[in-house]
Amino acid sequence: MEKSGSVDSVESLCSSTTTRSDRSSGTRVSDTELRSKGRAIEKVLQCKYTSKGELPLLPEELVQDSAKDVTYICPFVGPVRGSLTVTNYRLFFRCTDREPVFGLDLPLGVLSRVEKIGAATSRGDVSYGLACKDMRNLRFVHKEPEDSLKKSVFEVLMKFAFPVSNNMSLFAFEYKQVFPENGWRVYDPLAEYKRQGLPKESWRISKVNDHYELCDSYPAALVVPVTITDEELRRISSFRAKGRIPVLSWIHPESQAAVVRASQPMVGQNGRRCKEDEKLLQAIMDANAQSHKIFIFDARPSVNAAANKMKGGGYESEDAYQNAELVFLDIHNIHVMRESQRKLKEVVYPNIEDSHWLSNLESTHWLEHIKLILAGALRIADKVESGKTSVVVHCSDGWDRTPQLTSLALIMLDSHYRTIRGFQILLEKEWLSFGHRFQQRVGHGDKNHTDADRSPIFLQFIDCVWQMTRQFPAAFEFNEYFLITILDQLYSCLFGTFLCNSEQQRLKEEVPKHTVSLWSFVNSQLEEFVNPLYVHYPSHVLFPTVGIRHLQLWVTYYIRWNPRMRPQEPVHQRYKELLAKRAELQKRVEELQREAANRTASSSSERAGSPTRSITPVQTFV
Amino acid sequence: MLSLGSVGAKSTKPSFVSYVTPEEIKLEKEPPKIEKHPDLLPGEVEFCCANPILKYTQDDMSQRGIFGTLFCTNFRVTFISDEKSQEETTKTFKNKLYGENDIPLMCVDHIYGVYDEKKKLITGGLVKNKYPSKMIIHCKDLRVFQFCLTFTKEEDAKKIFQGIAHHCLEERSLKCVFAFSYSGTPKMQRKCIILDKMQRKWETILFDSPEDWTQEMKRTRANCRLVTENENFELSQRLPKYFVIPSALGDLFSYQGKGFPIWCWSHHSGCALFKASLPPVTQEDGDFQKHLDIMLNAVAHNYLYSAKTEDLSESLPTIQDIQQSYNKFKQFFLIENSTDFWLSDVKWFSSLESSGWLDIIRQCLQKAVEVVECLEKDNTNVLITEEEGTDLCCVISSLVQIMLDPYYRTLMGFQSLVQKEWVAGCHAFLDRCNHLHQKDKECHSPVFLLFLECVWQLVQQHSPAFQFSETYLTVLSDSVDVPVFSTFLFNSAHHRESVMKAESPLAQSSPLSCPTVWDWSVQFDSKAQNFFFNPLYSEKVKHEKAVRKAHKPKHQRQLSLPSTAFKPPSKKGFFKDETDSLKKILRVKRLSRWMGSPDSPAATTRGFYESWKQRPLDYHGLLLPCLDGPAVRVWMQRYLRWIPEVHIMGGGSVAVMTKLMELLSQVQDLKRVLEQRDSSQAVKLDHRPYIQHRLLSFGSSGRLSSSFPFAYSRNRSFKPIIPTGLMQSLMVTDSLASQEDEASSFVSLV
Repeated sequence: MEKSGSVDSVESLCSSTTTRSDRSSGTRVSDTELRSKGRAIEKVLQCKYTSKGELPLLPEELVQDSAKDVTYICPFVGPVRGSLTVTNYRLFFRCTDREPVFGLDLPLGVLSRVEKIGAATSRGDVSYGLACKDMRNLRFVHKEPEDSLKKSVFEVLMKFAFPVSNNMSLFAFEYKQVFPENGWRVYDPLAEYKRQGLPKESWRISKVNDHYELCDSYPAALVVPVTITDEELRRISSFRAKGRIPVLSWIHPESQAAVVRASQPMVGQNGRRCKEDEKLLQAIMDANAQSHKIFIFDARPSVNAAANKMKGGGYESEDAYQNAELVFLDIHNIHVMRESQRKLKEVVYPNIEDSHWLSNLESTHWLEHIKLILAGALRIADKVESGKTSVVVHCSDGWDRTPQLTSLALIMLDSHYRTIRGFQILLEKEWLSFGHRFQQRVGHGDKNHTDADRSPIFLQFIDCVWQMTRQFPAAFEFNEYFLITILDQLYSCLFGTFLCNSEQQRLKEEVPKHTVSLWSFVNSQLEEFVNPLYVHYPSHVLFPTVGIRHLQLWVTYYIRWNPRMRPQEPVHQRYKELLAKRAELQKRVEELQREAANRTASSSSERAGSPTRSITPVQTFV
Repeated sequence: MLSLGSVGAKSTKPSFVSYVTPEEIKLEKEPPKIEKHPDLLPGEVEFCCANPILKYTQDDMSQRGIFGTLFCTNFRVTFISDEKSQEETTKTFKNKLYGENDIPLMCVDHIYGVYDEKKKLITGGLVKNKYPSKMIIHCKDLRVFQFCLTFTKEEDAKKIFQGIAHHCLEERSLKCVFAFSYSGTPKMQRKCIILDKMQRKWETILFDSPEDWTQEMKRTRANCRLVTENENFELSQRLPKYFVIPSALGDLFSYQGKGFPIWCWSHHSGCALFKASLPPVTQEDGDFQKHLDIMLNAVAHNYLYSAKTEDLSESLPTIQDIQQSYNKFKQFFLIENSTDFWLSDVKWFSSLESSGWLDIIRQCLQKAVEVVECLEKDNTNVLITEEEGTDLCCVISSLVQIMLDPYYRTLMGFQSLVQKEWVAGCHAFLDRCNHLHQKDKECHSPVFLLFLECVWQLVQQHSPAFQFSETYLTVLSDSVDVPVFSTFLFNSAHHRESVMKAESPLAQSSPLSCPTVWDWSVQFDSKAQNFFFNPLYSEKVKHEKAVRKAHKPKHQRQLSLPSTAFKPPSKKGFFKDETDSLKKILRVKRLSRWMGSPDSPAATTRGFYESWKQRPLDYHGLLLPCLDGPAVRVWMQRYLRWIPEVHIMGGGSVAVMTKLMELLSQVQDLKRVLEQRDSSQAVKLDHRPYIQHRLLSFGSSGRLSSSFPFAYSRNRSFKPIIPTGLMQSLMVTDSLASQEDEASSFVSLV
């Protein structure tokens, strides 16, 4: 049931593009060139109107149906009449009677629910509500077709919005765009382990999961202590939930302190033990000579962890694991997070209640969850960096809260993951290869919008990364647009990257063979995603502030559909202008210098140190 | 053309002659002596001291701290550590008047005493016998100091506690304020007079002479009348010496005591903003109503016979509301220990909301936007009124001018605006800021701070439109409580003049001269003053001036005519003939516009804001704030700078600023090289002071925290909730410059 208050809509990306270009073409003419370059980014995936107003389609994208005279009820500008087109990839609405041109262009993958609202009215109007995964709702009204046999455009929409439920393939499997770079090659597990110096004396790369027999949600290559045999790993796998045994995620290049991830131990009510598992944790501790202790971070609140004993799970007892200290991080489960996101959507879309904005925001608990996740990651990073202690991180299954924590801790610890390619590797490794259940959590192409397995776990992670980029504006190679692109493409089903639940499934479905990787697209236009403020400090560890005073709601993502909240020209724009200015000046200096050099050379030869290109201009004149 | 904001302004700055001799500001570099004394400023006198006093390190939950001596002088409470401090000497942003362990007496907000584990607010009466084991000082700039008195001799402890409590809390007379002893020394007087003359040549317009006002009228093409009759405050002691009124207003002496419209600013269309001190309109007094009509007619006569009036005391919070709200709000930032911090973190957003402070800011900006809409869109004259006419009128009129006039977004323009509306405009700083610790609570209110808060909102939303930085605003807000400047010390122009005359040491020859706060060199060296400039400022391109002139052709006035019923005033007699009908229509207009809107004031301006947003963004044109919930924020720099828990090591906006300033200086260098290259045909090379123009280079931004340039982080012990122990790895960084591409290589050679 659609609540009348929350029926809403979207300002299209197209319309936002037009407004912004209008803006820059206005006053500072000389800057237009620079800015249009910055804006090119918006053209890449969003459909732009051609001069004739035609809809440019992606390769293999086909128009399925279209309807004229549809009214889009925009919560910001009121009803807008126009035409609606549905392809096998997107929904496209274009208003016909408004200046400036107003449009909506969204991938069907972003829809979580399409439903008819109420019965047809006496005037023969039918109303549809579209709930989206990206914090907006759309509402359309159109006339009941006279020919009742003809399907309405929304029935066609329903079919293509949820291909999985209709036994069709996702558009990603049809999209055949070729990019200069193949993003499926971005992540090579062995190369990444090699970068970390693995294998090394106390760590080996095991092939025990080569055919996903030990654990079907784990990757093929696993890093484990050398002293633990494959046979012992097999025995451990029956002791850890879903067979997700403790394996290495990252190792500190100096202290050898390791970040190890796992799922909960199947302790149960009787306090089962597994001596191989105990040996494994001891071996992890021994692999790091700096510390005689190991920290086990259980991401859950202790109450929940204890409750899991009823279902056979639980947590490590400090009796069984000597030298281990167990810490609970109090992060809630996927259901709490889903509810929090639902509330957040209510608060930010379509309208914001100004006078109660802060208390409304607080009531969603969204930022509190973000705070807890960041605080957990911070404690992990602190133990590894300052305490030089190895840590084991797990939650229940080790595929939701665990990757949130490990990947955030890794971003804090290792500057490589703050580069664009490094971040891609981090996602491929911690999230995709270690089996975060993207298909379930996002529900690609599935019409079952009430599925309890859906949850914004990955969104929270990206939000946490964004919080860190706000606190350390010069520490990340990528910009905000990169993060938003990842989230948009998470839902769009245009690329194969976020399909399926595990590495094994992706191989079985031959996803890399039949789809394009998001990184193919990203890495083919890297300059759009670069943060001009980036300074590379290889050895810096980042410790963000997790106090809620320093956390902000990600307005440019969650409230981006509200035209009033659109950002002003960002700092980065001005910075890019300066960079261009510097380049230009530098070029002129060099030209003049060369000219001067030529002149000097021709007129007299007494001046030594003939200026070459490499000489710095300042030396010549100061 | 891309322009480089801060360069232009900086190059015009004359080299400053310090009147604080180097010996005076020199810091304790000598080997540690047993008896340490503060370096006194001219006119500063030491009252009492105690040793050893333990100053708790604020960022530590444990009871650890530094031992040292606590002094109380007629200027400040100061703590001098027994250990040698290196930090003071390495600071790039050092206040010359007071350091990190100095609290100017005026800056003390509250003193708490801890008696047997119980924290009590110290008021005058409590001081007599007992002294607390621990003394907690909350400062107006939101610093918190905690001193342990138990290690020192009982009589010393008692003396210092009573001394501090007496000098900080007791009501005192204005002449005891340090500014007078500081400037009163003959040496300082001579310097001040020289400075004063120098300053007038090039910077802030003080609006204390008829010329300043004439100039301002000329600049805005105002068509009003300068009043000089109040030169000796014969008209009113609550009015400035010189001010400007609508030209239609007759003999001012006949309105004496009733209040009349004072001109603030003229829009390029010809309509203008006026303010007046008037009692609430509701009065059923016939005489008063008549007076009001005359005033309104005078305002309307200024341009096209249209006028709207607004009683601000009706639609905005009272100054008491503002005071209460701020008192609640500031508590969230006066953090005494980590436990408090994390406890308050949980309910942060709802506490923030319950203080209402952000909402008051929103309301003021909202009201200013409404006035801007009248001036800009409807080209209607506006008269804002309030009982005193010097509180919210100042807030709203200054905000309106900042939104409409890019001149006020430059540093000098902004300072001139503060002079015009606030200082010359007779805002009662002395009462509002409670500099004298008066018991009467009714008249205290952080109205000026509220204004700065509103400006900060504009600055953070439209950074490139402002020549000054948020650091500038933060420093300005602190300077209000530094008792050295005359700027914020008086209740009115008359008050200022009479006190200055009375306090003059040079007998009757000339009044005392105090430095104004705008003479920033009193507080900061020129390097530190670089932080006042916003590297993102996009300076006005020259030709735009012509555009603005062309913007005001006569026919446009016709287009914006609100109603054809009015004709432009061509004859003098016109006014008289039409007065009655005019009055009627005016009344209708007034009622329709302002009385109708209180239900949904936001709705009316919403459309105005949206249509503005549709237009191309011009940083030198009209500027409107976004007032939606998420857009109105907490002024993080001002409020969070002293709280160690929220310091981001190696992060924060300073990281961006550093990078920008570095880049800017590179662009400047290159420009210079180009210029020199162009003129290199001439044999003699022009060696301009090269380094001086360079913006700060920070060395390594890696070690700076988000609280830069205010608090400096030091190594802190491990804390369980927020682990921070990584200072080492953050300290070991290559310099920023070496991380840069080729361009940096030559920068380092310069």
